[in-house]
Amino acid sequence: MIEIRNISKWYGAFQVLKDCTTRVSQGEVVVVCGPSGSGKSTLIKCVNGLEPFQAGEVLVDGVSVGDPQTNLPKLRARIGMVFQNFELFPHMTVLDNINLAQIKVLGRDKVAATERSRQLLKRVGLEEQAAKHPGQLSGGQQQRVAIARALALDPIAMLFDEPTSALDPEMINEVLDVMVSLATEGMTMMVVTHEMGFARRVAHRVVFMDEGRIVEDAAKDEFFSAPRSERAQLFLSKILQH
Amino acid sequence: MYDFDWTSVVGGLPYLGSGMLLSLRLLVTAVAVGVVLGTVLALMRLSRYRLLSAFAGTYVNFFRSMPLVLVIFWFYFLVPLMLRGVIDNPAVGPLYSALIAFAIFEAAFYCEIIRAGIQSIPSGQISAAYALGMNYAQAMGHVILPQAFRNMVPLLLTQSIVLFQDISLVYVIGLSDFLGVAAKIGQRDGRLVELYLFVAAVYFVLCFAASQLVRRLQKRLAT
Repeated sequence: MIEIRNISKWYGAFQVLKDCTTRVSQGEVVVVCGPSGSGKSTLIKCVNGLEPFQAGEVLVDGVSVGDPQTNLPKLRARIGMVFQNFELFPHMTVLDNINLAQIKVLGRDKVAATERSRQLLKRVGLEEQAAKHPGQLSGGQQQRVAIARALALDPIAMLFDEPTSALDPEMINEVLDVMVSLATEGMTMMVVTHEMGFARRVAHRVVFMDEGRIVEDAAKDEFFSAPRSERAQLFLSKILQH
Repeated sequence: MYDFDWTSVVGGLPYLGSGMLLSLRLLVTAVAVGVVLGTVLALMRLSRYRLLSAFAGTYVNFFRSMPLVLVIFWFYFLVPLMLRGVIDNPAVGPLYSALIAFAIFEAAFYCEIIRAGIQSIPSGQISAAYALGMNYAQAMGHVILPQAFRNMVPLLLTQSIVLFQDISLVYVIGLSDFLGVAAKIGQRDGRLVELYLFVAAVYFVLCFAASQLVRRLQKRLAT
């Protein structure tokens, strides 16, 4: 479903991604972790072309993201993305946030879009909040709306870029619960996160990055029981202590 | 001691009113066209295409370095002259030449306000819009500009208050705006002092009240 082949990216002289290769198959949940500044977020943003890259290739459902001929908006509409800071549109109600792209991008009529939005709001447990503005919701609620907004386009895969990093601890679980239920339903997911509990529960594979390189790319059990690289061992020991 | 006589002010009220109407007409048109043009310029200035951003940058820097009076003169004298090469008898007239001059001049100022407004929106917002499959026009039109304008309204209004005062400069091309009318009545009746005092009072009341409203709006938007 998502093929990342030998991609490299530079900011000026600084190389943020170094020859990264990995893949996410249909129905697979891949967790990307690693210390901050390791290039995880940059890597996931290359998948839908929010970040351009200078070398290598990314294929989503067989379509090349880096190809200038590719209709990027069309491709992006098929991949849902959830951001660290939610990025809901503050000038619109929750319902309009979820409706907007359905109407403007997919061309759904308003009635059908609203029906889908309400159904998704119910799914994330927020059907009562439809008429509110994002600023009136808690962080956890906002992130659940953001997930609903991404799902509204019926994506073939979902990208999560540190979806719980900006949340207060007591709100992390309400977001993870939604993500776990998505994963168990077979959604193809690529998730940048430090939540190792989530990785243990639902990930199929774990990708570990350090200094722009994919250091480890292993099945979940293998990664947690016997990480091969020293860097990953160190990272796990630090993060799992708590 | 000067002997005040306000009868020419009172008698001239209908004429003064028509002058004020012309001033407001110029203001509304210049603001409307200026904001639209300013938005286009701001988007050009922020464009990654160098030719567009260079054009908009030059435009803004040029008009911000020009006295407004000069621009009004140009459009009154030079533009019809240039048009004469294209059309036989370009009847632009002082009103339309002034309208165009204000719109084009103010666009440079609105451009800078709007550019700052767009830049004040966190970059994650445009990423989110793109991630939902929107193209540039949709992301700008539905996500960025509505938020940017909301933040910019106080600044745009303040600039428009300044413009309202600047509109009095059309007296140099003989238009009968509020100040122009007052000057004509004052000269006719030999009562320039009264007329100019009256004009000053009206400008002060209108602009001060408008500024207070803008300040209130700003406070409301800030919360």
